Amino acid sequence: MADAPALETMPLRTSQDVVRARQRVRDAAVAMGFSLVEQTKLVTAASELARNTLDYGRGGDMTLDRLESQGGPGIRLVFTDEGPGIPDVELALRDGYTTGRGLGMGLGGARRLVGEMTIDSTPGSGTRITVTKWKRG
Amino acid sequence: MDRIPILHLRDLLLVSIQVDMDDQLAIQLEDDLGQAIVDHEAHGVLIDISAVELVDSFIGRMLGSIAAMARVLDAQTVVVGMQPAVAITLVDLGLSLPNVQTALDVDAGVRMLGGVWSRDRATRG
Repeated sequence: MADAPALETMPLRTSQDVVRARQRVRDAAVAMGFSLVEQTKLVTAASELARNTLDYGRGGDMTLDRLESQGGPGIRLVFTDEGPGIPDVELALRDGYTTGRGLGMGLGGARRLVGEMTIDSTPGSGTRITVTKWKRG
Repeated sequence: MDRIPILHLRDLLLVSIQVDMDDQLAIQLEDDLGQAIVDHEAHGVLIDISAVELVDSFIGRMLGSIAAMARVLDAQTVVVGMQPAVAITLVDLGLSLPNVQTALDVDAGVRMLGGVWSRDRATRG
């Protein structure tokens, strides 16, 4: 595997961009030796968050960062948009809550799949969601 | 525009999803299946997802709405071949597809739709 850049940014403007973004996350997780289950969880979380960026944030970007710690490698994904923001983050994380056409499982579900998630959102100026998944074992 | 092919075999419709679907393609499949059930008077729909590496909430919702739509059109749906990693992830995500019948593989899925086959043989000889 050739050296991949540590930091990559991808646009999230169309549903095809969502597919491309989750495929890049899959490639990175495979290259870093994540197990199949860990890959699938991270890629599924990325898909949920990328779709949220598109549907609720009116499009934005995903940045993929490869991390190295004493405990092993990890992947950090940052989803940013300049959309309307999330007025009540706690409510948005609740399963079944949705303001759109989805099932309301995306945000809370994504948090369960990755473990570490932080949400910075300012109503009227945008949302930034950061998730980090460390390779197990 | 790309489409997922739908095969017609007696009164069954067979779909094997072999690509990483974007949301538009998933919506298209749902529309196409509804039309195909009516056009072919199908009583069973078998959807093979053994090549699918990701079922997120959107695709999960699509599978549920295909099953519900098919039921209203007098057809039964079975989703077969889910990979274990996908199943583990779906449950973590909070989705257990309560209204979707599943089977381990195509063979088991066709057997599940077996009543449909006997009915077909009985009526058409």
